[in-house]
Amino acid sequence: MTVESTAAHTPRRSAGSKAGATGAKSKRSTGANARKSADPELVQLLTPEGKRVKNAEYDKYVAGITSEELRGLYRDMVLTRRFDAEATALQRQGELGLWASLLGQEAAQIGSGRALNDDDYVFPTYREHGVAWCRGVDPTNLLGMFRGVNNGGWDPNSNNFHLYTIVIGSQTLHATGYAMGIAKDGADSAVIAYFGDGASSQGDVAESFTFSAVYNAPVVFFCQNNQWAISEPTEKQTRVPLYQRAQGFGFPGVRVDGNDVLACLAVTKWALERARGGEGPTLVEAFTYRMGAHTTSDDPTRYRGDEERLAWEAKDPILRLRRYLEAANHADEGFFAELEAESETLGKRVREAVRAMPDPDHYAIFENVYADGHALVDEERAQFAAYQASFADVEGV
Amino acid sequence: MAAEKMALAKAINESLRRALETDPKVLIMGEDVGKLGGVFRVTDGLQKDFGESRVIDTPLAESGIVGTAIGLALRGYRPVVEIQFDGFVFPAYDQIVTQLAKMHARSLGKVKLPVVVRIPYGGGIGAVEHHSESPEALFAHVAGLKVVSPSNASDAYWMMQQAIQSDDPVIYFEPKRRYWDKAEVSTEAIPDPLHKAKVAREGTDLTLAAYGPMVKLCHEVAAAAAEEGKSLEVLDLRSVSPIDFDSIQASVEKTRRLVVVHEAPVFLGSGAEIAARITERCFYHLEAPVLRVGGYHAPYPPARLEEAYLPDLDRVLDAVDRSLAY
Repeated sequence: MTVESTAAHTPRRSAGSKAGATGAKSKRSTGANARKSADPELVQLLTPEGKRVKNAEYDKYVAGITSEELRGLYRDMVLTRRFDAEATALQRQGELGLWASLLGQEAAQIGSGRALNDDDYVFPTYREHGVAWCRGVDPTNLLGMFRGVNNGGWDPNSNNFHLYTIVIGSQTLHATGYAMGIAKDGADSAVIAYFGDGASSQGDVAESFTFSAVYNAPVVFFCQNNQWAISEPTEKQTRVPLYQRAQGFGFPGVRVDGNDVLACLAVTKWALERARGGEGPTLVEAFTYRMGAHTTSDDPTRYRGDEERLAWEAKDPILRLRRYLEAANHADEGFFAELEAESETLGKRVREAVRAMPDPDHYAIFENVYADGHALVDEERAQFAAYQASFADVEGV
Repeated sequence: MAAEKMALAKAINESLRRALETDPKVLIMGEDVGKLGGVFRVTDGLQKDFGESRVIDTPLAESGIVGTAIGLALRGYRPVVEIQFDGFVFPAYDQIVTQLAKMHARSLGKVKLPVVVRIPYGGGIGAVEHHSESPEALFAHVAGLKVVSPSNASDAYWMMQQAIQSDDPVIYFEPKRRYWDKAEVSTEAIPDPLHKAKVAREGTDLTLAAYGPMVKLCHEVAAAAAEEGKSLEVLDLRSVSPIDFDSIQASVEKTRRLVVVHEAPVFLGSGAEIAARITERCFYHLEAPVLRVGGYHAPYPPARLEEAYLPDLDRVLDAVDRSLAY
């Protein structure tokens, strides 16, 4: 037995305890990790059974939501999941080199993504496919980097959706700087920075908390705690619930049920409102679960069992909203059937677009290295061209 | 002020002032750059005149400084950030290499990051550890960055103007031991292109190529060699990425001998790249192998030893003699 596993303050997920309806009572946040007194209720508006529960603080942010908007959230989640499944399949077929699935995190992404205004700005990790969807980024644009035809490839300013960032946590500083710029401009928009439980250990994330607090920057830090940083559980990243870290930096932190799209929508709206109102940054910890592998290169069976996954499947974000839509008569069978057909159309469109995606021209290597050009790049491009041209005779034979 | 004699540090200060006056998007960021005016006073008086919103005292976190500067650039600003000393840039190295350098390419040219990173560098001031290093090759090696280093007040003024106007990230290495050296600065001159080398002294027997703090030393070497009847050309490279190989080639085709001088360690330093490329370009012109004079493959030594570590008049003259002996 290692020293670590005997330490009283590193609770393992106890096999016997049931996954609670609220994350605050979940296995993960029990024990010294949660320090009972400091961990209030997780914000939840929809139970896993699809029952709407009242919340004095956050109800008002979704008070006027219409049936159509509720169906819209459901549609977003279903289509995002379908797109994600198609991308995973395309990786298995060799069409993509890699895919980072968002399976299980649809509510966190759609809820927060739909809280944004058009002029807000998003700084994503590499897993924010649902947020990209909300911003109107064509899903096939996300696949270029995973296919290996570019390293980003979309214009961040056309949808106020920055490029995916692979270096963990780096984008939180960019988000903070962008928000500092918004404040300087006197604009009333806000920024949202996505990151995960693993990234919370990065120095850049801590520095972004410091800078945003000191400059009162209009930024929302949206941490999707999906319980796993590849193979490492959250206990390897922190001894306190992540949302509590905000307190030490001087701004509020909230833990929200990340599988509850309504709660994510409400809490993010509240946080964005604070930002726009000049009240500075907020940390939102969306307590969720990465139901799939870290990426298609990962093998979760080496580090976690089925039991945990099954417990979280019972809290599935899409199933939960469907139960609510049906019970409250917000949607009929026709809606679900139409959506099913739309999903298949999307899958087909993505499949065909990826297969038709051409390899880039070799000279793309030398393009856009610099905005104002660079003598060495010019020289090497010319050398490359001369080398390529040396095959012309051979091919001509 | 059309032409005035001023110290190199003051020339940078005047250049920053001009940029702040002419472009409302220019920001100054860094540790102690506000009230204090920077530990070398390069930003002296700027916060007083342009306010805390444009001359920003930042938290003591280099990655945060560069990372937020990237975000501000994405918002349309042109941040000029100060890293207080050469040896403190490394917490920001990740942001500079993985983010600042690559974002233009990653966005297929859609995003531009006009960020200037100012780094006082080099030794010779008797400083403590981490205050005397020359890490320019570590940045020149990274595609997407431009790296420059002025040697005199006039270049310092104009190269800063050009660095700020550049749509690419520029790492601007300031030769801290030359901060107090004065020279004539004309604020109405038409400057040479930022990345073009300059013949600082004409000669016929051998070319000394240097940048930043070592250009002055090379002038001293050339003067000493002249007393012995040797005519050395001094080439002020000014830019380490890109390096103006055409100018070096032109000089070497004339003198047929080249010695490269920098404070940075010789091993895999900019001199190594220059030696390789000039050997390729000038193989039949060279009368001697390209020689390099620089720091050793050892941590920058304590101040009492730096004289022995840094290139000086005798070490460069020794290399000159060895080259001429071929």
